[in-house]
Amino acid sequence: MTDLYPIIRSQEFFKEFSEEDVHEVVGCATNIVLHQGQYVFREGEPADHFYLIRHGRVSLELFAPGRGAVVVETVEEGEPLGWSWLIPPYKWHFAARCDTLLRAIALDGQCLRRKCEENPRLGYHLMRRMAEMMESRLQASILRMLDLYGDKR
Amino acid sequence: MATSVERTVGAADPMVPVPYVVERFIRETQDTFSLELEPFDPTGELRFLPGQFNMLYVFGVGEVPISISGDAAEPRKLIHTTREVGVVTRAMRSLKPGHTIGVRGPFGTSWPMDEAKGHDVILVAGGIGLAPLRPALYWILRNRDDYGKVVLLYGTRSPEDILYSKELAKWRSQFDLEVYITVDRATTEWRGNVGVVTKLIGRAPFDPSDTVAMVCGPEIMMRFAVEELARRGVSTSDIYVSMERNMKCGIGLCGHCQLRGEFVCKDGPVYRFDVIEPLFLEREL
Repeated sequence: MTDLYPIIRSQEFFKEFSEEDVHEVVGCATNIVLHQGQYVFREGEPADHFYLIRHGRVSLELFAPGRGAVVVETVEEGEPLGWSWLIPPYKWHFAARCDTLLRAIALDGQCLRRKCEENPRLGYHLMRRMAEMMESRLQASILRMLDLYGDKR
Repeated sequence: MATSVERTVGAADPMVPVPYVVERFIRETQDTFSLELEPFDPTGELRFLPGQFNMLYVFGVGEVPISISGDAAEPRKLIHTTREVGVVTRAMRSLKPGHTIGVRGPFGTSWPMDEAKGHDVILVAGGIGLAPLRPALYWILRNRDDYGKVVLLYGTRSPEDILYSKELAKWRSQFDLEVYITVDRATTEWRGNVGVVTKLIGRAPFDPSDTVAMVCGPEIMMRFAVEELARRGVSTSDIYVSMERNMKCGIGLCGHCQLRGEFVCKDGPVYRFDVIEPLFLEREL
């Protein structure tokens, strides 16, 4: 089996993690390849993984009755995808559809949670990175909610 | 690296509108349009620098400041893109080829085209903020060898709100220009990015230590764009923003656009960010 350590080590998301902690993470990781149009996950399914996109783009969709699937956001190479694995009840709130061929690292949520419980340093770093991602998405959502481009330049 | 913004002074009497004829009316999106104008005077021309604006006077209705969105290399052809937001722009919307409009200008400072020479250039536009940046892009493309990597990041509300879509498609196909577009909302038919324009900054290919950034859009968007650029490592002295205030006279006399000691019509609208930063978060003065 190919060791995913060098791939995970090179990800921006893990750049501040210690070597030891990255090795811990590798134990929860698998490499995945999905084709254009395939779903990484769908709304309501168990959120048992989170993903680091190595290549390609994913659309996060929400199905709205009468409007069909609305794209909420796109996530690209180098970005993490999904935080519902971290928060009960561990269900996906959106669907993630591959816009292109997708290569990603899938990290088992249950495995990660267990390791975070056992290793608080890993847990802290992981929570901090997830919080940064959440803050960034929250800011983006607020900007979009303001509909800045509506009235004035 | 970059040190100043350029200024030019327009007509001999800047308070007297020069009559122009509407040559073309171009519907850009549902609520935006462009007017292509030519001077009545067959020898007339209006030399401007990218980033400057004119005061457009719809006779009997009123006058509004609008950035020039055409090519500075074609001084007889003035193009202005605007959105219908008030009485004057609504009146402008009903102008047809052959109608007359008054033009005063050009006013204000310009994008730092000289300072950017020899460096990478990133243009970040939000919504109709693409219009004041288009002359800068024309300028760069006419003098392409003077600049390093050139990246245009453009965000708007939806695919239907994309300005200059044909030109953007052309620019995207060029090998000497990187163009990334994102929209705030979309259906699954849209094959591009969805999300705020600031998110594109993290992915854009440029050297942050050797880049001049030009940012134009709603002020909140510019604020977050500047933060992202700074996070990437671009110095705030290499970031330029275009401020929008209530410009009236265009020459720093009336004070309508005053931001403390700054007259946006005269000292701006293009500012180096580290100069305007203390005033950037000021509420309307």
